[in-house]
Amino acid sequence: MSASTLPRPRTTPDTATPRRAGSRSNRTGSSSNRGGGFASKLTVNGLLIIGSAYMVVPVLWLVFASTKNAADLYGTSAYALGNFSLFENIANVAKQDGGLFFRWLGNSVMYAGVGAVLGSLISVMAGYAFDKFQFRWKDSLFGFVLVGVLIPNTATVLPMYLLASLVGMTNTIWAVLIPVLCNPFGVYLARVYSASYVPAETLEAARMDGAGPIRSFFSLGLPMMMPGYITIALFQFVGVWNNFMLPLVMLQDQQLLPVSVGISIWQGYSVPQPEFTPMVITGSLLSIIPLLVAFIMLQRFWKSGLTAGSVK
Amino acid sequence: MATQALTTTVRRRGRALAGTGGRTAALFLVPFFAVFAIAMIAPVIYSLVLSFHSQQKSGLGFGEAKTVFVGLENYVQVFQSETFVEGIARLGLYCLIYIPCMVGGAVVFALLLDATVAKARKLFQLLVFLPHAVPGVIAALIWAYLYTPGISPLIQALQGGGIQINFLDAHLVLPSIVNIGVWEWTGYNVIILFTALQAVPREILEAARVDGAGEIRAAISIKFPLILPALSVIMLFTIIGTLQLFTEPSIISKATASVTSTWVPNLWAYDAAFIRHNLNQAAAASIIIAGLAAVLSLAVTRLSSRMNKS
Repeated sequence: MSASTLPRPRTTPDTATPRRAGSRSNRTGSSSNRGGGFASKLTVNGLLIIGSAYMVVPVLWLVFASTKNAADLYGTSAYALGNFSLFENIANVAKQDGGLFFRWLGNSVMYAGVGAVLGSLISVMAGYAFDKFQFRWKDSLFGFVLVGVLIPNTATVLPMYLLASLVGMTNTIWAVLIPVLCNPFGVYLARVYSASYVPAETLEAARMDGAGPIRSFFSLGLPMMMPGYITIALFQFVGVWNNFMLPLVMLQDQQLLPVSVGISIWQGYSVPQPEFTPMVITGSLLSIIPLLVAFIMLQRFWKSGLTAGSVK
Repeated sequence: MATQALTTTVRRRGRALAGTGGRTAALFLVPFFAVFAIAMIAPVIYSLVLSFHSQQKSGLGFGEAKTVFVGLENYVQVFQSETFVEGIARLGLYCLIYIPCMVGGAVVFALLLDATVAKARKLFQLLVFLPHAVPGVIAALIWAYLYTPGISPLIQALQGGGIQINFLDAHLVLPSIVNIGVWEWTGYNVIILFTALQAVPREILEAARVDGAGEIRAAISIKFPLILPALSVIMLFTIIGTLQLFTEPSIISKATASVTSTWVPNLWAYDAAFIRHNLNQAAAASIIIAGLAAVLSLAVTRLSSRMNKS
């Protein structure tokens, strides 16, 4: 299913420009100081601060809110500290339904991890083949891939559910795992990466030395494309982690749910029972931490990977 | 299907091309096209079949339902459904507000980022990218609370200024949901546009400055046209993304009655499948949404390639 993957695709321009972006960064400092005086600099930075505040304040609110118990949440000013109840809230989240929340978190890691590692490998293999091999109907097969990119994933969720219920696969982990392996945009990106990172001469040399195509993919092509693989995997991970409609439709067993759907169930509880609200808020905070960590850690790798790749 | 074709090609060509030919290509392509067939082609075909059939119960409604071929009747019913048409109209209105706000905001922010000093850039990039690391469900939840009187610091602050506002009433709930989308996606697109701006040749900007163009003038008449290709990619994916609108309204619908169970086409299809138990209509609605996406993205691709040529 391309669904989970569609938001990520927006990286295209990134991938097209790493070289230039890298080479220009040394010069930026000097050129930007030139135009405009103090007043215009103040305006620019003032507007940037306002914009960033809009982006950051809601997340900050979540952090503050998760330190409050139900009474303080409704009773005290939003950014004031009430009784510090963060740990109490976390304990409540952990206790609810015998630690179900952490089961959900684990499920999310599993779905997103498998989708990212295996799904991206599948995409990279296909993209590599489209770039490096000659075969019949290459263009029309690639056309299929592009059509896959353009179909919104939620449009295929219900059809997939209908098909899964026909073969009795709903409410199993496979109903979520198999669709997230399909990432047509990853294939498109991998073709671009393969063309720019893997020189045909290297493969030719390997072939002369007697390496078969599979061997040369795993020992030459894939390592050379590693930055691309990680980029695709990162966005695939985020896409699957954020996926909501697919697991909502496919899964009924609460033990199988990812955290996105689980939290939304708690939100439903919190409407009649406001004492659930601190748990929804604390659970939300806990569920974005793994993603933030993955992003910060992998982003560094990914950015250095892009520039390293462009030097070759 | 594809793989069969590939293997026969190889047989015909013999072993001369071994290593770069069809058989090895097939090995690399089979995993992808297998999941592609399971996750995209088969569901769409099965839905097409379903959408042309209907479950009909005999006379008194007892006994097994029979599946009968009804042609386009499901599609006619979907389009005759007032709630579905309203949902489409609402989605159109959503696009009209969301796309200018989000894309315009991203362009302005990226241009500002390009005009500031290098040190500040890194920090601002990180801050503006933060919402992208927040899943859609959580983003919708956070904003749902920020729209809820009693919890929201926003409403509290506005009340302090003497403004009474209900973000979740029937008139404001659409812009309120637009705001969630803008919050989630602006920063991501800022980064893409900023990367494109980095590629604008500095010589051109220097030349413009020598000719007396100010910062704003340079931004509008030089930088902006040069990031148009990146912008058309963003438009394409924004439109596809907008058609998927489901998560945010379905979270907000728990906080207010203003968002009904059929508020946008995707919710309508979900409601058809799981509340009304009419799988055939749900299939027809899904096909309509996918078709709409195909037509729109084709239109955007055509338009942008024409713009880039001229």
